[in-house]
Amino acid sequence: MKDKLDKKLDQMYESYKAGQLSRRDFVKYVGIAGAAAGIMGGPFGMAGNAFAKNSITVHSWGGSTSKALKQFAFDPFTKATGINVVDATFTGMDAFLTQVKASFPPGGEFNIAHLSAVYDYLRYKDLGYNSVLDESKIPNLKNVMPVMINTLRNITDGNLSAVPYDVGQTGIAYNLDNISKEKAEKLGASLLWDKDLNGRLGTWGGDYRTNMWYAALHTGQSPNNITRINDVWDALKEQRGLMKKYWASGSELMSLLANGEIDATVAWSGRVAALQKQGHNIGYLAPNNTYSWMEYMYVIKGSDMNVAQKLLNFMLEPDAAIAVSKGQNYPPSLDPTKIAMPDEIKKLPAYDPTGTLKGYLFADPAYWNSKQLEWGEKWDRIMAGS
Amino acid sequence: MKQKTLRPWLLLSPSLTAVLLILVVPVCFVVVYSFWLRSPIGQDIPAFQFGNYGKFFADFFYPSLLIRTIRVALETVLLCLVMGYIPAYFFYKTESRFKPILMILVMLPFWISFIIRTLSWINILGDSGLINHVLLSIGLIDSPLSMLYNEGAVLMGLLQYLLPFMILNIYVSLDGIDKSLIEAAKNLGCTEWQAFKEITLPLSLPGVSAGCLLVFVLTCGTYLPPMILGGPGNDMIANLVFKRIITTLDWPFGCAISTILLALVGLIVFTYNKYMGINQVFKSLGG
Repeated sequence: MKDKLDKKLDQMYESYKAGQLSRRDFVKYVGIAGAAAGIMGGPFGMAGNAFAKNSITVHSWGGSTSKALKQFAFDPFTKATGINVVDATFTGMDAFLTQVKASFPPGGEFNIAHLSAVYDYLRYKDLGYNSVLDESKIPNLKNVMPVMINTLRNITDGNLSAVPYDVGQTGIAYNLDNISKEKAEKLGASLLWDKDLNGRLGTWGGDYRTNMWYAALHTGQSPNNITRINDVWDALKEQRGLMKKYWASGSELMSLLANGEIDATVAWSGRVAALQKQGHNIGYLAPNNTYSWMEYMYVIKGSDMNVAQKLLNFMLEPDAAIAVSKGQNYPPSLDPTKIAMPDEIKKLPAYDPTGTLKGYLFADPAYWNSKQLEWGEKWDRIMAGS
Repeated sequence: MKQKTLRPWLLLSPSLTAVLLILVVPVCFVVVYSFWLRSPIGQDIPAFQFGNYGKFFADFFYPSLLIRTIRVALETVLLCLVMGYIPAYFFYKTESRFKPILMILVMLPFWISFIIRTLSWINILGDSGLINHVLLSIGLIDSPLSMLYNEGAVLMGLLQYLLPFMILNIYVSLDGIDKSLIEAAKNLGCTEWQAFKEITLPLSLPGVSAGCLLVFVLTCGTYLPPMILGGPGNDMIANLVFKRIITTLDWPFGCAISTILLALVGLIVFTYNKYMGINQVFKSLGG
């Protein structure tokens, strides 16, 4: 009974995808199928088995990101397949990795995570939480920028544990009411050390990499090959004296900027775009060698791979991926040379029309992960006033 | 006879099991972890060594955070004491029929999430917050006062969290004082102030000390007010534990710091119990 139903649902989903079935009719049929299974199957548990047994959890960033994922990917997926997607939120990548590490068996309670930055992809692999995706089950991967896929593939010995999903940057947000665009562009990364902004600066306290990255740029060094580390520490200590708040979350970042508590801070490009959409007079600066990152949907070892692959393929459907992208304000991983992008996407920070991401500087995972403990502790000390 | 001895233990067994599972066992895990090692990629390596403790004491940065935590905890205790004694005394003295409502008002903050209560101070103390907005509107100031993201804001957050604990402890103690003692003192010629100084205050000291202990212990372990309302340099020891555990995945060192904090607080509670008796704390917590 269940297999039959699954097959029917899959057929309906394929028809829906092919445009042979309207969304309204599709939802109606899914509803009727559910009711029929419940009624004809006798016990109420039958409907539950058909529609709730297959369930998968996705952890993401909360706020506008999770809202976009739920609205444009998870809910339509559930309607299309009957597979329930549990929309969960983590407070940050480090906190989530701690949760995964603490679960028993490690990773066993978690399925898919919307992670940022390739160094985490490596960390999960190093800790043994990586899965191997069957790429033949994710045909929409063909539309993803090859450079993003290859970056991940190189880490996991030619396999994939995740599908790239979007691109972002950590640039500099500044209050246009108090800082001119000319001044911001002239100073570049050094805007975050501008003494005129004493007591009006913020930065992300939860990530040593972001802060060291900008300190490296400020001191004229390559972030992926810092040769004068003491200059970086000195710069961060100097910056502490100018700092008003080491913020801890995207919501806090947006609140600080929106309420005029701070005039400049490192900021995630999507959050800045969201503030701009809300009408706040906030500028976005992406200085040379801006900190870029790619986000991906990581499947943790032990997950139901069939369900995960089905969901990932659905999420990479151009309509779904573009809608999510608009909602969360980060350009999708889809290759713009293969998939036409609407103007709204083209205007987003970090959008690359060439699909090659040339000129984007990403954190070298091996370099940063090898320094994590030492530099993470040092950053904590600097924040604490040491 | 044997049955009589067993009965209390049988009755207590569900609670004891719960305490064992949700308190004793996790604390044991923390202590055991504190002797382990962390691999460069974040894996924990079972070991028995004191390197994590050595690291804590070898570098003054870590003890300095502990010292700061104790200083902030003492400041919080003092503030709570000053601001808590007056309402507690008022509740004790008042004959108002609104007394139960006033008592409920003290406990009202517990009905709202601690995080929400802490975050709400941003809207009050912030540059565009209520106070600055009013002061700017009436022309008393030209630019916003900097009231947020400093130690003052952290103390404010701690005060709003812990003040009810102090008030309730002192009130329970005051409520146990026989009012005829005060009347007798007045009949013998004491002024209101003398009666308070000679009778009420000394008899309320067990509640005061219980409140102080509770506020101190809770402050030592809190990390939300410094995280949300604090600025650079306002972190406390619990924030460090959070960062070691969450950010660097250095569970062994994080557990060592937790164990040191646990030992310090345990020592304080032990000393308190020896001289004052811990029962007073439970009395007020029990209402």
